[in-house]
Amino acid sequence: MRHLKATWKLGRNTSHRRALLRNLVSSLILEERIETTVAKAKAMRPHVEKMITFGKRGDVAARRLAASFLTSREAVDRLFGEVGPRYGDRNGGYLRIVRTGFRKGDGGEKAFIELIGSEKILDERREKRAEVRAKRREEIEKSMQEQQANLEASGGPAAGEGENKSE
Amino acid sequence: MPNPKRRHSKARTGRRRAHDFLTPHSLSECPNCHEKKMPHRACPKCGHYKGREVLDTEKAS
Repeated sequence: MRHLKATWKLGRNTSHRRALLRNLVSSLILEERIETTVAKAKAMRPHVEKMITFGKRGDVAARRLAASFLTSREAVDRLFGEVGPRYGDRNGGYLRIVRTGFRKGDGGEKAFIELIGSEKILDERREKRAEVRAKRREEIEKSMQEQQANLEASGGPAAGEGENKSE
Repeated sequence: MPNPKRRHSKARTGRRRAHDFLTPHSLSECPNCHEKKMPHRACPKCGHYKGREVLDTEKAS
């Protein structure tokens, strides 16, 4: 009987829920951190922990069991190559869920869930993103300046008016 | 069908509703930027939680 075995149903039927959880777990293993709702993060936590336990075992049987749940070969490789060995001295508690606020459309509470020990990787990734963003902003500013220069050079009265207003 | 025997006065309605109200969230102070934030959540202003920057707060233009 299923007495007292309640978990999160997430408003889905069994197959839909299982597919969702497989996708979430595979993405988390590949990305180290994913952003989702609090309910989904909590629902996926036991599944991720089970996968990491497989990753720590590292034998072929564990590999096949993990492969039967995860959605891609890359995720399995990453689980057994990088994620599993990281937690050799830790018995569970591999994940961190931090609430980040509420979604605008429906007010759902958002959170990110990340693998503990991924801080370095994530910080590096964030720095890289910031660099890309800064570069893009610079380019946009440059092109805007060029456009303005072109306007001032070609359009006589219109550009002149704009200049007067800004001054 | 059962029906109300007597009409409710406006005062009675008002008295019943005297306890119907929302309470404001209790807010805590972010230890990094000292803004008010919801407890147990990353700070939406500076993106810090438990002594670490966890979110991108700089907005893309």
